[in-house]
Amino acid sequence: MSEVLATVRVARAFGPVVEGEAIVSTEGFSPRYDLDRWSGLISKPGHKLEGTSIKDKICFFPTAKGGIAAGWAFYDIKHKAIAPKAFVFGVTNPVMVQGGVFANITITEGWDPQPAGVIRTGDWVRVDPARRVIELLRRAS
Amino acid sequence: MLRGDRGEAVRDALAYQIRVGEFFGAERFVPITNAHMMGDIEVMGDGGFEYLRATCAKRARCSVPITTNARCVDFEFAGRLGQDAAEVEKERRLIAALREMNVLTTDTCINYQTLYQPHLGEHVAWGDTGTVIYANSVFGARTNFESGPAALAAALTGRTPEYGFHLDRHRKGTLVVRLEARLDDLADWGAVGKIVGEKHQSYYAVPVFTGVKRAPLADELKHLGAALASYGSMAMFHMVGVTPEAPSREAALGGNTPVDEIVIDDAAIERVYAGYNLKDRRCDLIVFSGPQLSLFEMKSLAERFAGRKVASGTQVFVTTSNGVKSAARELGYLGALESAGVTVLEGVCFYILQNLSQMRTRNGWTNMISNSAKIVNIIGAHKFNTILRRTGDCVEVACTGRLA
Repeated sequence: MSEVLATVRVARAFGPVVEGEAIVSTEGFSPRYDLDRWSGLISKPGHKLEGTSIKDKICFFPTAKGGIAAGWAFYDIKHKAIAPKAFVFGVTNPVMVQGGVFANITITEGWDPQPAGVIRTGDWVRVDPARRVIELLRRAS
Repeated sequence: MLRGDRGEAVRDALAYQIRVGEFFGAERFVPITNAHMMGDIEVMGDGGFEYLRATCAKRARCSVPITTNARCVDFEFAGRLGQDAAEVEKERRLIAALREMNVLTTDTCINYQTLYQPHLGEHVAWGDTGTVIYANSVFGARTNFESGPAALAAALTGRTPEYGFHLDRHRKGTLVVRLEARLDDLADWGAVGKIVGEKHQSYYAVPVFTGVKRAPLADELKHLGAALASYGSMAMFHMVGVTPEAPSREAALGGNTPVDEIVIDDAAIERVYAGYNLKDRRCDLIVFSGPQLSLFEMKSLAERFAGRKVASGTQVFVTTSNGVKSAARELGYLGALESAGVTVLEGVCFYILQNLSQMRTRNGWTNMISNSAKIVNIIGAHKFNTILRRTGDCVEVACTGRLA
């Protein structure tokens, strides 16, 4: 098992244990407002991650925007094989959770400490919902 | 139910609801009287449609009245809008599957104005967000944001997990907003929602509005709520002296110390309008939608467009429900709008139209101008440059082709 370089605890979590490359956003997220649900790219003009693909990533978002669409949209992007491995939210809304559970995509809410100080985009992390932890396994090279 | 006594579909729905409830630490379920679900081919895609068909095949039948939100196709206009024939056909089959499951396919996002008005304390399971914030705030009913699959599950089992806005502790105000602005137009109310929502983006933020100078109209509260929910992901607000859980500021706050006190004056509203980039000043697309228009909005818009013509090269869309469009036809509003060159779509909302990105490209649309703060925000993924303007200004832009 890899050495753990840092740990972020989460308040609530659902889903299987997953590992992947982190995307740490300073802006919130909605699959309706921000995502091209055919390519998996963040497409909203001016979004801080515009042009970034969320496919197979561990996505850190401070907040959820909107929206009722996530309930179907997460299932849809999973079906199209462009879903991330996990959504890690600071504050989320029920639709994101309903969507994560429906699509069996790992999802967490609440974090301590703030991941921005610990984890950077490109780092390799593991999300363990049962233990309610996110572990930094490898720094981006 | 978990034993499957009421069938496989109910068993699966309940198991799903338990997993969601566990995430939020819900201690029990509450019975619901009404559900409202989003379900169209644009939002659910082929994967969701397969799920729906499989659920239908398990003889799923809703036990609580459930209505549908605006969808992505108005069948009368699908061809003219250049929507994909294959997707339109899927939408037809999807509607048939929902009806077989005992879902009322009403296709409206203003169910709270046209279909069902829950009472104080009544538990329901609603989505989209505009319906939720209206139910919690204006009616004092209780619902969380319920996604399509979650609302359907609630209608199958007749209950929903008790968390979030079903609980007293989340319904108390967390911040105070003093309204000093005149707020003469629906877009002004949307601008208030944008200011407050952007500053306090959180599902659990509950603004308490004070200083309201007159009794707001249902359509004004609709635009305020839709914008708060869109920009802030908020599910509830209080308005002192107006909404049922806010007889006073103290009652609305329920012992909370507000985390912020905002004052919104006319200058703040004007700054919202001044904040949009007009790009090439093209006026090719004006939209009155998101939420669908009430009959009163249809009347007002018909009067503004009466005897005028939409400028050459400009397209104007209105979306409303089947019921409102029928009444508008009877009352002559539809005729006035159509004579001016306005396209009135029913059962849809503009931002969820199937094929919208392709429609934008094909028509060469750059700017989208609207009096709805919600749609100006929500349509971003389709790469429109969006501009919020007051209703009268939108009509002027539409008829003159000039954007100031």
